[in-house]
Amino acid sequence: MRRNLWLGAALSSLVVLAALVSFVWTPFDHAAMNIPEKLQTPNAVHWLGTDHFGRDIFSMIMVGARTSIAVALVAVGIGMALGVPLGLAAAARKGSWLDELIMRGNDLIFAFPSLVIAILITAVFGAGAVNAIIAIGIFNIPVFARITRGAALSLWEREFILAARVAGKSAARISAEHILPNVANLLIVQGTIQFSLGILAEAALSYVGLGAQPPTPSWGRMLADAQTLVSLAPHLALVPGVAIILTVLGLNLLGDGLRDYLDPRLRVART
Amino acid sequence: MLRYALKRLVSLIVSLAVASLVIFFVIEVAPGDPAQFMLGMNAQPDTVAALRAELGLDVPKWERYLNWVGGMLTGDFGTSYTYRTPVADMVADRLWVSLPLAIYALTISTLIAFPAGIYAAARRGRAGDVAVMGATQLGVAIPNFWFAMMLVLVFAINLRWFSAGGFAGWDKGLWAGLHSLTLPAIALALPQAAILARVMRSSLLDILGEDFMRTARAKGLSRRQALWRHGVRNALIPVLTIIGLQFAFLMAGAIIIEQVFYLPGLGRLIFQSISARDLIVVESVVMLLVFAVIVVNFLVDLAYAAVDPRLRSRT
Repeated sequence: MRRNLWLGAALSSLVVLAALVSFVWTPFDHAAMNIPEKLQTPNAVHWLGTDHFGRDIFSMIMVGARTSIAVALVAVGIGMALGVPLGLAAAARKGSWLDELIMRGNDLIFAFPSLVIAILITAVFGAGAVNAIIAIGIFNIPVFARITRGAALSLWEREFILAARVAGKSAARISAEHILPNVANLLIVQGTIQFSLGILAEAALSYVGLGAQPPTPSWGRMLADAQTLVSLAPHLALVPGVAIILTVLGLNLLGDGLRDYLDPRLRVART
Repeated sequence: MLRYALKRLVSLIVSLAVASLVIFFVIEVAPGDPAQFMLGMNAQPDTVAALRAELGLDVPKWERYLNWVGGMLTGDFGTSYTYRTPVADMVADRLWVSLPLAIYALTISTLIAFPAGIYAAARRGRAGDVAVMGATQLGVAIPNFWFAMMLVLVFAINLRWFSAGGFAGWDKGLWAGLHSLTLPAIALALPQAAILARVMRSSLLDILGEDFMRTARAKGLSRRQALWRHGVRNALIPVLTIIGLQFAFLMAGAIIIEQVFYLPGLGRLIFQSISARDLIVVESVVMLLVFAVIVVNFLVDLAYAAVDPRLRSRT
């Protein structure tokens, strides 16, 4: 299953690379309109063709990767920064009112699909990339809280934690020094998966106009623009779609691969 | 069982109450006064005040919250700020598109996922399994609205089997209605089918490793008989939970897919209301969606406990 890991890593780094390179170089200015060259199919000059304003699609895809990655990455960061401490606290005080409160709070957030959170936020504060980040980030919190709590609970039963308690360490110190490092692998894997879900969610939100606003390029908005032109110029819809699929596929393969790599027990169990 | 059901019912009511509080107060912090917005910037202050009174905006926040919740319990969702019609009527009209769409998609997703998952589990590690698993990897990576656009391109624009958008209406007959929901339902079902197939496969693989499966073979059942009689039936339990969860995602996903196909469902209602700042509609539709999610999860929990008595003692 090493193949998955490498394929996923290659696809993911390709997208990250495209986003990074776009800061210093793109084939064309991604926002420059050039009406005489509009709606070209892929060719030697415009590698992936041009849109209805004559903008270079390859350049837009590169810059759009920045938006997708930034939104999804920060959303994972929010989810981890809030969810992991909550999960650790819930596990450390298992069965207490704190645990109950955190878990019921999680259930509550789970009842709001990320799209619904985004709709609420947008209805109040207006659309924008920042609000998309917050919406996806909030959705990520219970995911990380649950997975951290679940893993931490089984760790609390282990001898080395008991030893730490006997040594007089507080629950908070044990959580930070012994539990957290031992759930880190799991968090990395889940982080990769939430990252790929974030890319999909960002695309969907931008598509319906709740995400990044013009002139910020985004794959979802490129698809929204392409919709009325899809019969005339299918490549307008094909290219951003394939970009999203390859990115998400890459991240998912990377996540699966990392899980197998980081947890040798699964390698045996799976074959 | 009754004890468990009552416990879950109490937590259901608490969840709904907290969710309604969250939704109400998030919408409340929205800047701008709906009455002012409806009448425009140049409206006379007393006209605005009169409209505020008519819309019930002139009472304290907590009283408005109680009015809103009390109204919803009796089927009165308030009056739309822009259309001046009862929100309940608007929602009821749209629900007849969104709900059938979600159910249709769930049916398709199940019909694809069950055979695919069972097939993959039965051929674990062989070419058929690898192919199905590869397909599901791709399935979860495809954004459903993009897939919807591709379906339109192929089946509506090129082949002309379906219309590219719009809804025929149920008054034209069941077939016409289903026909215009077919492409949206397929688009909505695809990623869910991929997830469901994976769950079905791994659940069945867990069961196939159980001792009673060996016993079934030992008493003379063929592999196929054992798989269907003892494997699939037991594997269905966790799959049911996922189906319940997916229903929530399908209702939310329908909001996006409706945009692709210009379907007059809850999704379009929400987006129109957001741009018109018709917040009472947004508030009520969001509450309805969250209500659906919470209630479906409650029902799944109950069904689960009915099937598996071990769960009743937990929590």
